[in-house]
Amino acid sequence: MIRIIDVHKSFGQLEVLKGINMDVEQNKVHSILGASGSGKSTLLQCINGLEKIQKGKILVDEIEVNDKKTNLNSLRKKIGIVFQQFNVFPHLTTLENVTLALKTVLKKNKKEAKEIAVQQIQKIGLSDKMNVYPSKLSGGQQQRLAIARALAMSPSYMLFDEITSALDPMLVGEVLDALRLLKNEGMTMMIVTHEVRFAKEVSDRVSFLNEGQVIESGSPNEIIDSPKETETIKFLERSLK
Amino acid sequence: MNFVFDFSVNDFFYMVKGLGISVTLTLWSVILGTILGIIFGFIRSIAGIFLNFFIGSILDIFRSIPLLIQLILINALSSIFKFGFSPFEVSCFVLAIYTSAYVTETVRSGILSVPIPFLKSSRSLGLTYLQTLKEITFPLALRVSLPAWVGVTLGVFKDTSLVLWIGIIELLKSSQIIITRTQEPILILTIAGILYFTVSFCFTRVTNILEKRWEKYEL
Amino acid sequence: MNIDYTFHWYPAFKILPKMLYGSITTIEIAFLSIIFGIILGAILALAKNSNNKIIFSIANIWIEISRNTPALYQIYMVYFGLGTFGIYVGSFGALLIGITFNNSGYLAETFRGGLRAIPATQMKTGRSLGMNFFQSFIYIILPQLFRIVFHSVTNQTVLAILMTSLGVIVGMNTDLMGVTNELNALSFRTFEYFLLAAVLYYLITKIFLNSAYLLSYKLFRY
Repeated sequence: MIRIIDVHKSFGQLEVLKGINMDVEQNKVHSILGASGSGKSTLLQCINGLEKIQKGKILVDEIEVNDKKTNLNSLRKKIGIVFQQFNVFPHLTTLENVTLALKTVLKKNKKEAKEIAVQQIQKIGLSDKMNVYPSKLSGGQQQRLAIARALAMSPSYMLFDEITSALDPMLVGEVLDALRLLKNEGMTMMIVTHEVRFAKEVSDRVSFLNEGQVIESGSPNEIIDSPKETETIKFLERSLK
Repeated sequence: MNFVFDFSVNDFFYMVKGLGISVTLTLWSVILGTILGIIFGFIRSIAGIFLNFFIGSILDIFRSIPLLIQLILINALSSIFKFGFSPFEVSCFVLAIYTSAYVTETVRSGILSVPIPFLKSSRSLGLTYLQTLKEITFPLALRVSLPAWVGVTLGVFKDTSLVLWIGIIELLKSSQIIITRTQEPILILTIAGILYFTVSFCFTRVTNILEKRWEKYEL
Repeated sequence: MNIDYTFHWYPAFKILPKMLYGSITTIEIAFLSIIFGIILGAILALAKNSNNKIIFSIANIWIEISRNTPALYQIYMVYFGLGTFGIYVGSFGALLIGITFNNSGYLAETFRGGLRAIPATQMKTGRSLGMNFFQSFIYIILPQLFRIVFHSVTNQTVLAILMTSLGVIVGMNTDLMGVTNELNALSFRTFEYFLLAAVLYYLITKIFLNSAYLLSYKLFRY
C-alpha cells in the first residue's frame, strides 16, 4: 500500500504541493486528474524519491521514502514509473532497453534477463521489434516499450505520468489497451491522466488536484459524474467537450 | 625559370621525420589534454555557479592568448627556474593544457545535452548514479562531444607547427630547412601540405564512419 | 628552487606605449582578414552549393586546404611561395593573405550550415508575395542568416586576432607580437615582456567578445 500523508513540496519559493493526503490500496487503480501545474507529476516523482519533499511522509509498504536511511535504489525495484516522453533509451535496442536494468540492478545473467525481457515484450505486443532502435518505433510503441521495461522489474506498483499526453491521438488507444491489460492482472496503479473517460472506466478511485491540493476524492462515479467542487466541474467540462 | 630539382629521397624522409614529431606531439598532448578535459568538464557539469565560473575563467585564459606566447612564456619560466625541461616536454605541457581548455567545453556540453528525463527513467529503474553515468550519460554524451573533440584534435595537430619557434624540428621547420638549401619553396611546401592534409583527412574519415553508425540513435 | 633571475617589471611598463601601437596593427589585420574572409567565404559557400562541377571543385579544394593545413603553413606558402612567381609580399601582406585564406574556409562552411538551417519555405514565401530572388534573399534570408552565423563569425574573429601573432615568424615587427619580440631581443626580459603582451591580447579578446555579446543582445531581441 502507498500512503501519502500531509506532503508539502516546494521548488525554491514556489510551493507546488500544499498538504496532500492519499491512500492507494493493493490491487486498486487510482487516477489523478487536474489542470497543468496542479502538481500531479511532481507528486508521482516524490513517491519514488526523484523529488524530495519538505514536509510530510510517503510510505510504500511501510517504508518511508523520505527517510535518509532508506535505500532508494532497492525501493525503486518495487515501483515502476513511465513518463510523458523521452522514456526509452535511444542508443539501445528494444530488447536492450528492457534487459539493461535486469542485468545491472537485479543482477540477472544474460540468459535469464533475455527470457524475462522477451516475455514482457511479447505481452506488450512488440515482439517483431525486438532488435530495432527506438528511432524506428512510433510514439505509441515507445511508450509501450517503456511500460514493458518497467514491468520487467516485477514491481508491486506502477505509476503513469500522463503517458498519452504527448502522443498522436491515433496512437493513444494502443497504450490505454496496455493499461487495461495491467488492471485485469491486478496491478496496483496510480495514473495521472487527461483521459477522463478512460479514468472513469478503469479506476477504483479518482482524486482531483488543483493548485497543489486534493479538492475532491472518491469513486469514479462520484467525482466524474457528480462533482461537487467548482474547480472540478470546470475542469471536467473542458475535458469532456 | 630554371627548374632544377635538388630534392632527394633523403629530404623526403627528413620531412616525414618532422611529420612524425608533429604526430607524436599531438598524440601526447591530446591524450593528456583529453583526460584533464574530461575531469574538468565533468566537474563543470555538476558544479555550482561559483566553482563553474572560476574553472571556466581560468581555462578561458588559455583560449584568449596566442598559443605562441604560451609556448614562449612556459619555455622562459622553465629556464628561469632551471627546471631543465626539453622543448618537447614544454610543448607537450602547453599543448596539453591548451587542449584541456577546449575539451572541457566539449565534455561539458555533451553531458548537459543528455535530456534529464532519460536520467530520471534510469534512476527510476533502480540504477545507481554511477550505473546511470556509465550506461546512459556516457554513450549519449559521447555522440555529441565526439565531432567537436575531433575538431579540437585536428586543431592541435595543426598548431604543432608553432613549436618550431622554441627549437623543435617538426614538419614545417624541416621543410623550411630544405627550402633554404634548394630554393624550391613551392615544391617542398606542396609536399608538406600533402602530408598535413593526408593525416588530417584520414582522421576525419574515421570519425565520419563512427558518426554514420550513430545516426540510428537519432530519436 | 634556484633562481638566478630577478623579475624586472618596470622596463615592461616602459615599453607599454609601443605595445599599444602594436595592438592597433594587430586589430587592423584581424578585422581586415575577417572582412575579406567573409566576402570570400560567402562566394565559396555559393560556389559549393552550385551545380557547376568546375566551380564546385575549385571551391571544395579551396575550403579543404584551408581547413586541413596549419595557418602558419598557409602564411609560409604565401610568404615563400609567391616569390617564385615574382610576387613579393612583405610579412604584413603574407600574414593578412594567410589569415584571410584560413578564415575563408571556415566561414564558407559556417555560411553553408547557416543556409541549410533556414527552411526552404522562407524563400518560397518571399517569392509568393511577389518579391524577386534578390529581394527575398536580402529581406528574408539574410537577416536570419546573420543571426545564425553571428556567434561563429565572432569566434573566428577571436581566432584571427590570435593568429596575427604568427606574423612574427615571418618577420612582422609592427603588430603586438612583433613589437614585443623585437624589444625582447634587445633586453632579454622575455618573461615580463611576453606576459604583458599576453595580458594585452587577453584584454583585446575579452573587450571584443563582450562588445559582440552586447551587440547580439541588442540586435537579436526578438
